[in-house]
Amino acid sequence: MSDTPRRDPALGDLPLWADSGDGSRPDSGAGSGFTLIGRPQRKVDGLAKATGKAAYTDDIALPGMLHAKILRSPHPHARILSIDTTRALALEGVHAVVTGRDMPVRYGIIPWTPDEYPLCVERVRYIGDGVAAVAAVDEDTAIRALALIRVEYEELPACLDPAEALAADGSDERPFIHEPRREGRNGNVTKRVQLSFGEVDERMAGAEVVVEGEYFFEGTTHTPIEPHCAIGRYDENGRLTVWSATQVPHYLHRELASVLGLDPATIRVVQPPVGGAFGGKSEPFDLEFCVARLSMATGRPVKILYTREEVFYAHRGRHPFHMKYRTAADEQGRLQAVDAEVLLDGGAYASFGLVTTYYAGQLLTAPYTMPSYRFDSTRVYTNKPACGPKRGHGSVQPRFAFEVQLDKLAEKLGMDPIELRRVNFMGGNTRTVNELRVTSNGFLECLDAVEKASGWRERHRRLPPGRGLGVAGSCYISGTNYPVYPNEMPQSAIQLQVDRSGRVAVLSGASEIGQGCDSMVAYITAEELGVPLEYVRVLAGDTDFTPVDLGAYSSRITFMLGNACIDAARKLRRKVQEAVAEDWECRPRQVQLAGGWAYYAPDTGRRMRIARAFNLAEARHGTLGATGWYNTPRDNHGDYRGGTIGASPAYSFTAHVAEVDVDVETGVVDVVRIWVAHDCGRALNPLLVEGQMEGSVYMGFAEALMEEQIFKSADQGRAGLHNAPSLLDYRIPTSLDTPEIESLIVESIDPEGPYGAKEAGEGPLHSSIPAIANAIHDATGVRMDRLPFSAPNVWRAIQEAGGPKALAPPRRRAAPPPEPARVDRTTVGVGP
Amino acid sequence: MLRLPPFRYHRPRTIDEAVGLLDRWGSRALPVSGGTDLIPNMKHRLFTPDHLVSLRQIPGMRGFRRDGSALMIGGAETLASVARHPEVLRRFPSLAAAAGQVAGPQLRNMGTLGGNICLDTRCTYYNQTEFWRDALGYCLKKDGDVCHVTRVGKKCVAAHSADTPPVLMTLGATIELAGPEGRREVGLNDFFLADGIWNSRRKPGEIVTRVRIPFASRDSRAAYTKLRQRRSIDFPLLSVAVSADFQRSARVCQIMGVVTALGARPRLLTGWARIALGRTLSTDVIEALAERAHRQCHPLENAIVDADWRRAMVPVQVRLALEALRPSAARAS
Repeated sequence: MSDTPRRDPALGDLPLWADSGDGSRPDSGAGSGFTLIGRPQRKVDGLAKATGKAAYTDDIALPGMLHAKILRSPHPHARILSIDTTRALALEGVHAVVTGRDMPVRYGIIPWTPDEYPLCVERVRYIGDGVAAVAAVDEDTAIRALALIRVEYEELPACLDPAEALAADGSDERPFIHEPRREGRNGNVTKRVQLSFGEVDERMAGAEVVVEGEYFFEGTTHTPIEPHCAIGRYDENGRLTVWSATQVPHYLHRELASVLGLDPATIRVVQPPVGGAFGGKSEPFDLEFCVARLSMATGRPVKILYTREEVFYAHRGRHPFHMKYRTAADEQGRLQAVDAEVLLDGGAYASFGLVTTYYAGQLLTAPYTMPSYRFDSTRVYTNKPACGPKRGHGSVQPRFAFEVQLDKLAEKLGMDPIELRRVNFMGGNTRTVNELRVTSNGFLECLDAVEKASGWRERHRRLPPGRGLGVAGSCYISGTNYPVYPNEMPQSAIQLQVDRSGRVAVLSGASEIGQGCDSMVAYITAEELGVPLEYVRVLAGDTDFTPVDLGAYSSRITFMLGNACIDAARKLRRKVQEAVAEDWECRPRQVQLAGGWAYYAPDTGRRMRIARAFNLAEARHGTLGATGWYNTPRDNHGDYRGGTIGASPAYSFTAHVAEVDVDVETGVVDVVRIWVAHDCGRALNPLLVEGQMEGSVYMGFAEALMEEQIFKSADQGRAGLHNAPSLLDYRIPTSLDTPEIESLIVESIDPEGPYGAKEAGEGPLHSSIPAIANAIHDATGVRMDRLPFSAPNVWRAIQEAGGPKALAPPRRRAAPPPEPARVDRTTVGVGP
Repeated sequence: MLRLPPFRYHRPRTIDEAVGLLDRWGSRALPVSGGTDLIPNMKHRLFTPDHLVSLRQIPGMRGFRRDGSALMIGGAETLASVARHPEVLRRFPSLAAAAGQVAGPQLRNMGTLGGNICLDTRCTYYNQTEFWRDALGYCLKKDGDVCHVTRVGKKCVAAHSADTPPVLMTLGATIELAGPEGRREVGLNDFFLADGIWNSRRKPGEIVTRVRIPFASRDSRAAYTKLRQRRSIDFPLLSVAVSADFQRSARVCQIMGVVTALGARPRLLTGWARIALGRTLSTDVIEALAERAHRQCHPLENAIVDADWRRAMVPVQVRLALEALRPSAARAS
């Protein structure tokens, strides 16, 4: 089976913009008469969350509800010989026990790599893998019952190191973690991607400078404050409802039907407010299948709430990456060739790993012109919790390595690192070397903004020893052109329904996980229909009542759902305009809807309340409603195997400057301040965009300095045992540790985004990490090519460099560098 | 969420009543005050008492009181109140600093001085859930017979991880213990033992009713430094408490240093008097003291942080603490 979803060329382009009814293109540019868009607004769910009134999944208690717990493997790798549940079942208060045999159907978020069972059937593959589940009257009884389940294991050699995993041969001593999908293959390889564009070797050989480097990005996890939680209720009519803290209700819906063998029309997935996800709730987990199956077994609602420890085992966080880069440039610093070799430590299951393996190479090709590029990316299984997508899926690690490579290149050439990036800027409305279509591109403005705000030209290479500035740039997708499972249906959709009072209901399939998509559709609806924001109600994430949206991942929602919402709202607006025009005996386009009123555009003294306008429209057109949808452009991908992966309708761009203060004696890095400029197309609500930028900077900074999802070795007591599955010992920064953050919004007004908007939730994370690494170098002269830059690691690097006294931070005494070269910016932010 | 094992909660009104309850239930009971150490440990099934005897509502265990030439602090006074009490701030600023650096604000509002003195030792192989410790095969300190830190030793090396005891040691503090056999006064310098399983001379069933800190009679200074990954929340990876008395010419006439968070008990640094007595705290003297400390301290892999780095930080932290003692430096903070 092919790895890449098939597309249907006959379908052609879908309209990128919903028809606005009067043939005009949507407004673009500042001061274009928006009433809400572009202005700071509250989140529609902000007060409920801030005051503790929002009801999360664990706040739901249903009559007769049972509580379940999952028995987990204490072995990193073992065969299950037998499971005896009789004593557990006999315990008073226990209602049901299920094991892998009750749900022996493989699933996987990527249709080509289904390798998980809801509960392990024959083999456990990491410490924490689920083996059985017990439903009981309360959690304590369920916990007691777990201890009564007898599982006989035959331990197998565990493999924790990705290089060792590659060397496995399927023998008893070095068994594969999964059976090879094809005879003769290494079962430990989830996926290998080798792609080459342009003449890499020739350009490498002819280049003025070549920088080689080896990098390691440690694994990190998401640490959402809300642990995973799910409730299943199989009711008297044979209908199954699952409430879950998920960011992909639609995929969960599909997988529940497939694994449980139920008609999907009998399954309803409800997504209550989610207390953080960051990619860690992007696929089905054991608890969702278990609550459903246990409810089917008992006829009662069943809840499972993970412990924090279980969240660490569920993981699906950032892959540890071992990376080798060769980067070549000419004497002006123009990139000539990039050659990359990447090894991904995937953990026990595939998760999104097939995509991660591609992203590890595919997403590096902007914002710089890269005439030739080759990558060889391999993901292997190890006996650790599965890695998956975390904010900036698959591209944060290579971006770290690559932006440090660019810093080394600039140093070698004696160039200013910002200047080097300017020289390589690819521009807008172009294609990357791997044929990704890039439209709007505000990267230069991002560079300009952080350069100016940080005082770069006066301060880089000029700060006292121990202090330094570093820069980095990056790009990210605004959704993917091709969905996780191949289909031609819309990726996102909205239904609007209007009440006679003027209230507008927005039914949205999208997943509000704190990023603000419920608010976004409320702003758009209010903007387009002219109703006050308080008149808009959003119902989201309920597969029985809301149209399909594929989920909150790959930064797709603002772009796709926003366009779908504009589509629906404009259809409805047209009806209202027509009805009012009839009443006023004018043309529909002369009717404007804004601020709770319908206005006669030529004379705004003439107006009627919006509810009255809606009533006229209902009288004329019948009950008012509209659906709107968005689907991705289908000509936007590379013409090669895998060329669809990484293709996005639009790319966001980011630049960071970080300032650090390094205590060279202790290795403590104080990140004093981070300037981040992000091209989000248009900031629909600048407050939320800034929030996303700050959150991204925080998360990147946390990974740079502290986070380590690591495991004990056999020498440390137990191979594969999580080093510290708690929020005390898995350290994320407190508010006291967090740098000052200055967020600078750049608006390139994307030609296809809703009002020109692109993503802002993941892109701004990427370059924070290499910016800090480069700043440490400016401060100390020491390169940090391994994450994290924790005090012990920086101290060791300084010791290896000869100790604090031997440090020679690069310093410049001459005058500031010359003015940047002129770059043609007319391509920036201009639509086709 | 991790579940607590079931227990009965008792709220005695007097010290004698509390001691009586603890005596009555014996090994099935534990005293609890703020619970900030015990409750997580119970969730980890490190302790599963049937009875918890609360101390926080006992009036006799609260309050700050001057007693002749000493300050008496009730064992159930919260760390937050110790950190901001005017008398503590004025006379024992290093104690206020140490109390103010325990965990985070919420935990300091609950955690008590007596509880901090009795804090259980900590280790990466011990402060984990029941599931985790089962997968490990347990350890010497709880339910097992192997020390995963030393791998060979039969002695538990879990780390003393409390902030206030090293400071109280440098201040010459004593504590009053109340138990079934009555009350006794113990100097904090004699209180701790080098056994990570039970690292003090407190007998089970005894409670710390109050802490007595003598007023310093001469020009005396004390300081506390704490090394940790984050600026809040974390237990110390290494902490240093120092005190010194100075003569009028700024010459040292008494000096003391305690390093903790390395092994099962706070380590009283030796050989300092010979280096520093009669001299001013010059850079050379401070370097010599720091070097002396460095030779005595050998961190183990009982925390998940590079032991070599922790060791290298010993002279750095000692120097920082000693520099705060210099007459020119601001009062220790």
